[in-house]
Amino acid sequence: MTTLVEPQGALAAKAPARVKKVVVLGSSALKIGEAGEFDYSGSQAIKALAEEGIETVLINPNIATIQTSEGLADSVYFLPIEPGFVERVLEKERPDGLLLSFGGQTALNCGVALHDSGVLERLGIRVLGTPVDTIKTTEDRDLFVRSLDEIGVHTPRSRAASRVDEAIEFAHEIGYPVMLRIAFALGGLGSGPCFDEDELKDRAGRALAHTGQVLVEEYLAGWKEVEYEVVRDRFDNCLTVCNMENFDPLGIHTGESIVVAPSQTLDNHEYHMLREIAVRTVRHLGVVGECNIQYALDPSSRAYRVIEVNARLSRSSALASKATGYPLAFVASKLALGYGLDELPNAVTRKTSAFFEPALDYCVVKMPRWDLKKFRRVSQRIGSSMKSVGEVMAIGRSFEEAFQKAIRMLDIGARGLVANGTDFEFGDLEEELTQPTDQRVFAVVEAMRQGWSVDRVHELSRIDRWFLERIRHVLDLEGALKVYGSNDEIPPEALLEAKRAGYSDKQVAVLTDRSFEDVWEAREQHGIKPSVRQIDTLAAEFPAKTNYLYLTYHGDDDDIAPDPSGEHDKGTVLILGSGTYRIGCSVEFDWCCVNAARTLRKLGYKTALVNYNPETVSTDYDESDFLLFDEISHESVREIYERLDASGVIVSMGGQIPNNLALKLHDSGLRILGTSADSIDSAENRHKFSSLLDDLKIDQPDWAELNTIEEAKRFARDVGYPVLIRPSYVLSGAAMAVATNDGELETYLDRAALVTPDYPTVISKFLVNAKELECDAVAKDGELIVYAISEHVENAGVHSGDATLVFPAQRTYLETMRRIRKITREVAKRLKINGPFNIQFIAKENDVKVIECNLRASRSFPFVSKVIKHNFIDAATRAIVGEPVSKPEKGAFDLNYVGVKAPQFSFTRLEGADPLLGVEMASTGEVGCIGDDFNEAFLKALVSVGFKLPVKSVLVSAGPIESKAELLAPLRTLRRKGVTLYGTDKTASFLQDNDIDVQRVEWPLETDGASATTLIQEGGVDLVINIPSSEQEREITNGYRIRRAAVDYAVPLITNRQAATRFIDALVRGAESGLQVKAWDEY
Amino acid sequence: MTSVRESTPAVRVEPPTARPEVHRARILLEDGSTYEGVSFGRHASTSGEFVFCTGMMGYPETLTDPSYCGQVVVSTYPMVGNYGVPARDHADPIDGTLESDRIWVKGLVVADYSPWHSHWTSRGSLGEWLDDEGITGVTGIDTRALTKRLREHGSMLGKIVVDEADCDFDDPNIENLATRVSVREPVTYAPTGNTLARVALLDCGVKLNIIRSLTRRGVEVLRVPWDHPVDALGVDGLMISNGPGNPRFLRSAARVVRTAIDDDMPTFGVCMGNQLVALAIGASTFKLKYGHRGQNQPVREVGTRRCYVTSQNHGFAVAPGTLPNGWSPWFENLNDGTNEGLRHESGRFFSVQFHPEACPGPVDTAFLFDRFVEVLTR
Ligand SMILES: Nc1ncnc2c1ncn2[C@@H]1O[C@H](COP(=O)(O)OP(=O)(O)O)[C@@H](O)[C@H]1O
Ligand SMILES: Nc1ncnc2c1ncn2[C@@H]1O[C@H](COP(=O)(O)OP(=O)(O)O)[C@@H](O)[C@H]1O
Ligand SMILES: [Mg+2]
Ligand SMILES: [Mg+2]
Repeated sequence: MTTLVEPQGALAAKAPARVKKVVVLGSSALKIGEAGEFDYSGSQAIKALAEEGIETVLINPNIATIQTSEGLADSVYFLPIEPGFVERVLEKERPDGLLLSFGGQTALNCGVALHDSGVLERLGIRVLGTPVDTIKTTEDRDLFVRSLDEIGVHTPRSRAASRVDEAIEFAHEIGYPVMLRIAFALGGLGSGPCFDEDELKDRAGRALAHTGQVLVEEYLAGWKEVEYEVVRDRFDNCLTVCNMENFDPLGIHTGESIVVAPSQTLDNHEYHMLREIAVRTVRHLGVVGECNIQYALDPSSRAYRVIEVNARLSRSSALASKATGYPLAFVASKLALGYGLDELPNAVTRKTSAFFEPALDYCVVKMPRWDLKKFRRVSQRIGSSMKSVGEVMAIGRSFEEAFQKAIRMLDIGARGLVANGTDFEFGDLEEELTQPTDQRVFAVVEAMRQGWSVDRVHELSRIDRWFLERIRHVLDLEGALKVYGSNDEIPPEALLEAKRAGYSDKQVAVLTDRSFEDVWEAREQHGIKPSVRQIDTLAAEFPAKTNYLYLTYHGDDDDIAPDPSGEHDKGTVLILGSGTYRIGCSVEFDWCCVNAARTLRKLGYKTALVNYNPETVSTDYDESDFLLFDEISHESVREIYERLDASGVIVSMGGQIPNNLALKLHDSGLRILGTSADSIDSAENRHKFSSLLDDLKIDQPDWAELNTIEEAKRFARDVGYPVLIRPSYVLSGAAMAVATNDGELETYLDRAALVTPDYPTVISKFLVNAKELECDAVAKDGELIVYAISEHVENAGVHSGDATLVFPAQRTYLETMRRIRKITREVAKRLKINGPFNIQFIAKENDVKVIECNLRASRSFPFVSKVIKHNFIDAATRAIVGEPVSKPEKGAFDLNYVGVKAPQFSFTRLEGADPLLGVEMASTGEVGCIGDDFNEAFLKALVSVGFKLPVKSVLVSAGPIESKAELLAPLRTLRRKGVTLYGTDKTASFLQDNDIDVQRVEWPLETDGASATTLIQEGGVDLVINIPSSEQEREITNGYRIRRAAVDYAVPLITNRQAATRFIDALVRGAESGLQVKAWDEY
Repeated sequence: MTSVRESTPAVRVEPPTARPEVHRARILLEDGSTYEGVSFGRHASTSGEFVFCTGMMGYPETLTDPSYCGQVVVSTYPMVGNYGVPARDHADPIDGTLESDRIWVKGLVVADYSPWHSHWTSRGSLGEWLDDEGITGVTGIDTRALTKRLREHGSMLGKIVVDEADCDFDDPNIENLATRVSVREPVTYAPTGNTLARVALLDCGVKLNIIRSLTRRGVEVLRVPWDHPVDALGVDGLMISNGPGNPRFLRSAARVVRTAIDDDMPTFGVCMGNQLVALAIGASTFKLKYGHRGQNQPVREVGTRRCYVTSQNHGFAVAPGTLPNGWSPWFENLNDGTNEGLRHESGRFFSVQFHPEACPGPVDTAFLFDRFVEVLTR
């Protein structure tokens, strides 16, 4: 007989044309809405292609990623993901395939543009995987809604509008509030509910400046938000790998929501109804590879709406991969090549096939991490547009266990849901619940503490009662623990119950008035220890071959034995990862961890990585022998160390979190590999470090340790304002500030004291008009092995993470370089450094001062390693474990090219933030580009972070008189080149006085008519240079208006005098015509 | 919408020992291993065959599936009870969502029972329902450890001892369970809309969604006891249901199937139905080490590249090497290669080992009912 089930297209489909060479587009710099997850997906894609013997070419200016590391792609271009550059690479490389879906929205948009302009067709390049037409259907709201209508799948009532008046008309028809959404955008950029016409007018107007289309739709308040990750092959086999439920109701972007996998409050009918719709929709759309589908689900009926489909790998797919162990990006790449799901193995069991839906026997909780406090004037409210900068994922066998772990992982000072002292207090609880902020979870706790019922909290917050009941359970246990005073023994059952609900030893200690050590001892005594559990994709139905692990107190046994073979006499080394990405700590530290693990493996060590950030490559289970997806805390690292019978722990790769644990772990008897914990403390504690420098006669800015405000004022008067206030043990300049007078000093001191009350705060003289440099280095037993000195374009005062770095240094005196080298050597020797370190310097003439030293890998390690083509982490890792280290073949002076690292800001998404630079870091990512000279590398880097060339018109507000003077000559040349100059009041006068042709525009606050901001809004300028007139200017001023308009309307903005001068200089020298398309290995 | 605990002050300071009656429960398996937990639902000792199920949701459907008769189900997913249980009229064969009018498992073992439940269809907690039906639940068990044991040693007899009240092991595999789960008298179910065909449904422990899947497609269903002859019923076809236990106890059912096939009556078997078709045509069945129980079992249609995710619940399988001429394997399990379906070259008789009616589980293969109706009306 003939088969009953027609092989729909299956056997009929012809084999895919073999591709030999594929270009992969990366996602460029990390930014809000598009972060580390695409390093994970791109890296997996490259691995998947390489396995097939396909030549891979990667374009990505994000130099700190794993995907751009040696040994992955066959060639790498550190170039902008922008149609012009990509076209040139395609012409040069002539690939036959292109992968668009692994580099986020950036890559997708770029690929669609290349398709539309006919470039792909002209060059005969096929887009692998999901066809461009499908991508367009999912991106164009109107097409999307119509397509889903065809198969009877519901979407919110909506209408697309390309003009503001169209939007208003439809809103009138369906009634307010309405949801405004944006086509071809991500992270909910510019989207949000509009409660009246004014709001709609404003939002739609701004959105239409970025994009051609907005969508006005019914606002589904209080519905549940649910997502499915779907894979489909070209044989039409289709399945859902994971479903996820948002803890927060619809209206809060999934990237801003706490997300739980699998769904907890959906019954079988709902789960499978949505699953079936997912499969039907994805088949109808014709996705080949991976995609995600988002739903709104009515909490009181079977009604649902499809919110969107992302026909590419996404943040959610990275999360789903980590949550289930199903390598979505890897599988998606194979599907794009034409494989069927049934032909691919399940990477975890290696026995079963990739055509399956994982069964979880644990619960996963993802929480976003925000850094909103860094930005004054940015609302703390969360909504349909993304503001978070990172996320954590916690795994447990109960919701409470995972939830409390996740809170701790955020590293925001909370110990969990409870036992947080007075850190979280709220003025108006009701408002806090109805208009949630990043603190909403603590508001829920507070409300319950005050006796509010679950129903009341639910009515206000629209968080499902089930989640609220589980939170209340944690609170109940708090009450139960509190009855034990410092002299009572906690009964083992109570202790176990607390641990099962995710209480840390520290929480228990705080609640029962005893020390953390006492709780640990009590657990030891009663045998209350966590189980090590495997994530195996099939809920123990088949044995797993991979060591993807987590800890839980809901277990009787361990799934694995440490080093079962016993053959590894070199032992197991624990590497502590970087935790959540945040401002100041992101993919660069993941690069360090992954490279350290790779080196250790090469050297014959077993490696165990501890990390909990789902956006990373370090949490791919093939990167280490044991992957511990769990907390990086004193308690859990100790447990893991014990359980794996580790021989040592590396704390210098994952940034500040592991660095801060060094002393505690050392005191608990763990072996810290590399530089000693004492030395780390001597460098971190600014007081100790300053004394050390004095001792070594190394110069540093005048400083004093603070005890009282009076002393501080006296010091400031002695050395003269401005002064800088720096708390110890923080990264990315948190709570650091420059004070120019007594009043400011007092304000800032108060803030600093709140941040780290356990450590002294240091105040120092703030140097103006000085250069900043840094040295990344590796030492072995105190001897300097390799080093790289980079200079900053911006003067000191712009945080090194926000500065433009040049390596090798181009404008630094040889004498300065020599002094820096000497100081670096002396510090290495004095602290007996064994591993990576970084020192920051300030130089004025040849006077070199040290501002800080970190005995760990730094943000710039991948950048300098890749520019100099010598892997500093490989060297550092060898030094740490005492293996021989080779010196680089060439010194920095032999390079006949230059690398420039430029910051990526996400101010557009941080509504209201003043895009000014200062001593607190504000950038969310970075790029690094290479050029034959500084100008070439600099322009490539700037284009990579959103600058547009050519520049035909510039709006200038030149700031203080020195700055006006400095910009005069460059602006004159620029004008001579035919660039139109617009100037605000005094700048215009100044330029006119100097015979430069300039068009005067009004300050926005000084006129009701057309002003500088109107000019920006109407697309009248290609660049805004706005140099603030005072260091401290942060008020709602004219300057702020202009800067904000530039950011809101996506016009490139420069606020730093040195950067402006160098940029104009590069332009007038015609550097933009010489931007070459050269691969990394061609330098 | 329901939320069990009404507004009481959030923090009640009371030591854990003062909590309402905790009933200690111990699980004892045939091989001597034990697991300690606390009972919920009915606090009474019970025993049966321990099997694990990897479905992450759908406990109301699972508990009411007659195929679990005599078994104690271990849920690998830790949190169970989250969305409560629906009203009993959900066992309605036409509109309901439950799979029969009672709970069939002998016990339920979970890691973390959730007494708090929230869902708009919820009418009570899982614990209350178990208690009403006299079924024991155990929570606080390391169900992963227990599952690993069942995986290594195969499904085992075991018991749940509550409050030290010992009981005997009870082996459900030594009797014909069909007699316990089947209807006693024929029952007719009218289709929704026009009647396109009439089938006899051999009830070996049918899940109601099989009936719903047919009536929804315009098929009138005549549900008959598991060994009821069907040749004199004047029906257009035969549907053979799922059901518990060893197919070899159901020889007389196999004979009914044999007669239907000999009469050229279109025949569609599900789960136990697949095994009965095998026995009817002279092929053999065997017991799997620990069976397939879950909602994520991948199958492929033999000779094609078409794969489906299926819901499964069986401990026995057909030995495909023993098929007679004219018959061939239809689907196979992608994980372990076991048989997942049979078909005859005429296209008139076929059966599957998985559950196209789902509930719980994915509905990927619901189209098989369409195919059956096609054959019935051809
Ligand atoms: N109609 C709607 N009513 C209420 N909230 C909505 C609606 N549509 C979208 N949202 C919310 O806005 C968020 C962002 O919308 P989405 O279409 O997913 O944009 P993005 O492309 O940024 O992911 C969603 O996660 C959801 O919470
Ligand atoms: N004494 C100083 N004078 C001028 N600028 C300084 C001084 N100290 C620090 N800075 C500026 O502040 C930035 C942040 O200071 P740093 O000590 O490096 O903090 P972090 O620990 O956040 O890296 C530096 O990159 C530098 O630009
Ligand atoms: Mg979305
Ligand atoms: Mg610094």
